[in-house]
Amino acid sequence: MAAAEVKAPSLREFGEIPALSAGAMGSSKPYIANDKIQQAIGFPGELRQDWKEHALGKMGELLGKYRSLQVFMDACVHCGACTDKCHYFLGTGDPLNMPVARQELMRGVYRRYFTVAGRLFPRLVGARELTRELIDQWYSYYHQCSECRRCSVFCPYGIDTAEVTMAGREILDSIGIGQKYSNEIIGKVHRIGNNLGLPGPALADTLLGLEEDVKEETGVDVRYPLDEAGAEVLLVTPSADFFAEPHVESLIGYGKVFHAAGIRWTLSSKASEAGNFGMFIGNFEQLRLIALRIREAAIELGVKRIVVGECGHAWRVAYSFWNTLVGIGAGAKDPYAIQLQSQLDPNFRQPMHICELTWDLIRRGALKFDREKNDHRIVTFHDSCNVARGAAMGDTPQDAFEIPRNVIRAVVNHYVEMAPGTTRERTYCCGGGGGLLTDELLELRVKGALPRMEALRERVNSHGVNFMATICAICKAQFTKVLPYYGFDMRLVGGVHQLVSAAIRLK
Amino acid sequence: MTVASITFSVLFYLAFAVCAGGLVVAVARYARVPAPLKIPTTPAPATRIGVIARMAREVFFFESLFKANLWIWFFGWIFHFALLVVLLRHLRYFTQPVWSWVVMLQPIGILGALAMVAGLTGLWARRFLVERIRYISTPSDHLMLVLLLLIALSGLAMKFVVHTDVVGVKAFFLGLLRLEPQPLPADPLLFVHLSLVAGLMLVFPFSKLLHAPGVFFSPTRNQVNNPREARHQAAWAAALDGKR
Repeated sequence: MAAAEVKAPSLREFGEIPALSAGAMGSSKPYIANDKIQQAIGFPGELRQDWKEHALGKMGELLGKYRSLQVFMDACVHCGACTDKCHYFLGTGDPLNMPVARQELMRGVYRRYFTVAGRLFPRLVGARELTRELIDQWYSYYHQCSECRRCSVFCPYGIDTAEVTMAGREILDSIGIGQKYSNEIIGKVHRIGNNLGLPGPALADTLLGLEEDVKEETGVDVRYPLDEAGAEVLLVTPSADFFAEPHVESLIGYGKVFHAAGIRWTLSSKASEAGNFGMFIGNFEQLRLIALRIREAAIELGVKRIVVGECGHAWRVAYSFWNTLVGIGAGAKDPYAIQLQSQLDPNFRQPMHICELTWDLIRRGALKFDREKNDHRIVTFHDSCNVARGAAMGDTPQDAFEIPRNVIRAVVNHYVEMAPGTTRERTYCCGGGGGLLTDELLELRVKGALPRMEALRERVNSHGVNFMATICAICKAQFTKVLPYYGFDMRLVGGVHQLVSAAIRLK
Repeated sequence: MTVASITFSVLFYLAFAVCAGGLVVAVARYARVPAPLKIPTTPAPATRIGVIARMAREVFFFESLFKANLWIWFFGWIFHFALLVVLLRHLRYFTQPVWSWVVMLQPIGILGALAMVAGLTGLWARRFLVERIRYISTPSDHLMLVLLLLIALSGLAMKFVVHTDVVGVKAFFLGLLRLEPQPLPADPLLFVHLSLVAGLMLVFPFSKLLHAPGVFFSPTRNQVNNPREARHQAAWAAALDGKR
């Protein structure tokens, strides 16, 4: 519907910061979840009568549960360091998309109801009443943040707007205003097992089809097993990998890596989704319940290792949160976690990223490649925000950047970096993360992709780059959709293991 | 003892109590509220020592701000470190005998005061000149800068324009420290300077000046990034463990 009208902003020649355009995105908001979607995951079906008291009560609760929120509400000095760091601000010019202004939508309420200064001198310190209009602004602007944490890199106090956005969404959910896209998906994960609602039999069919395709293409019997008890590795991957393009090319690649290394692996129909939208809506209980599926599947299948496929926020949840949430990692004491620990192989990192696995194999000389198979490609790498700023890999803090690049360089001959201010921890979000990958937000998504598109254009022009690799399902889906708005071929984006897949030698 | 002397004695005891008490309350709150998840902004150090180094770079060099914007960093860093030098210089009013390094610091302290004015002026100018920062500035942001500027300027005025009786000032503050209030020299400029300082102490724990203790409690900066190796769990989250 709105899709036809959306136009990409023009690429900026010198990266100048846009002038403020107040209200430019004031009408952008995602569809609201209906009562069925809300109630299925334990939220009120419609706006509560006592929404104001309840919202303030929830805010007080969160301030007591999350040190991040409590400190971040107090510490900001309005210095302005973050004001030109958000891709949505750069793409839209809407001042409320400056991270500090987005936070201020909540901080004003915090000051008014939770601080002495705000109660005594509201005007002086920017305190404000919690009104129905402000709730609408929260809904709009807390869904114009992809929780990518770029602002937190630059804040002198480490204030992370993602934490504020998550709290905002959590409060909105608690009073009955939920986002259809994320909450519907969370319901599907619980009901069916994955975000896309792909039932077990369909999954089995798809994987069988993949085996046939790969056999036809390579002549080798590469397996894509499902629910095989006793496998060494449980691979948990975003469900888009099962059928979306270009995602599936990476899934084919994982299978080839396991085949070539002689590792017995399996997917799980119960844990057929690495994504965890519980993080996007800032709900700890959902985050935990969704993560529990992985532990249950691992125990049922008796695997020795848990490996996560190419998915940015899933890797943040897996690396940073799984151990805390459900004891996948070392140190948990509840009976299930202890059972899991006795079962998992302590010689491997748990959980492990697929790039860590592949790179370890490459280093050991266990994989061989014909790199010239990728010679038609000039490759660059887009760091996905959740991997870059919310997780790690390997042995050193920089390995989250180095390992995917090492894998790429091992399988291609032509590799180019994008401009320094746009990669590694300063990478720009693709524009579709954090639960915003939905069609009604297309205008926001197209505009939010601007900084990345500018950096890409520069390398396309200077080096003829024709492939941008990423390790995130959301990045892949988002770029596939928005690349054409900027005059690029949608096939310009793909996975790291898509490149591995093309070059790997199979026995 | 004049009325002014008694008033300022009471004011400084009160300001100190409010400032210290308020900070204790704020810090206790930050310390009490748990951080349930590992959320360091990565790349992040995986050891406690690494975190101490990261925090030190943040506190002494404003590392993140340096990455963000050189102008804000420049004015902000100049202001904060000039303020530190000026505060250290003022130790001579509270110590007897004056420590030798404080004596050595005296001439640098004057430079510090000038740098402080320069830094504050730069920071304030940004609130008018940069559209984005103008947009996010509240009246209290301006007032805070005005307060600090007036403190610096009134202090400098006592040095360069109308000398005040520094021996008397020192006697007054030593008296306060010894809980034996002494008379304060009757000097309008001094009254202004001290009133503003007391005002700053009074608003400190209720304002954005809480960024000073806050930075040490920021989970994105102070967490060790080792979630796979060691389980991190808040008490309220641990209570969920038994549920399934």
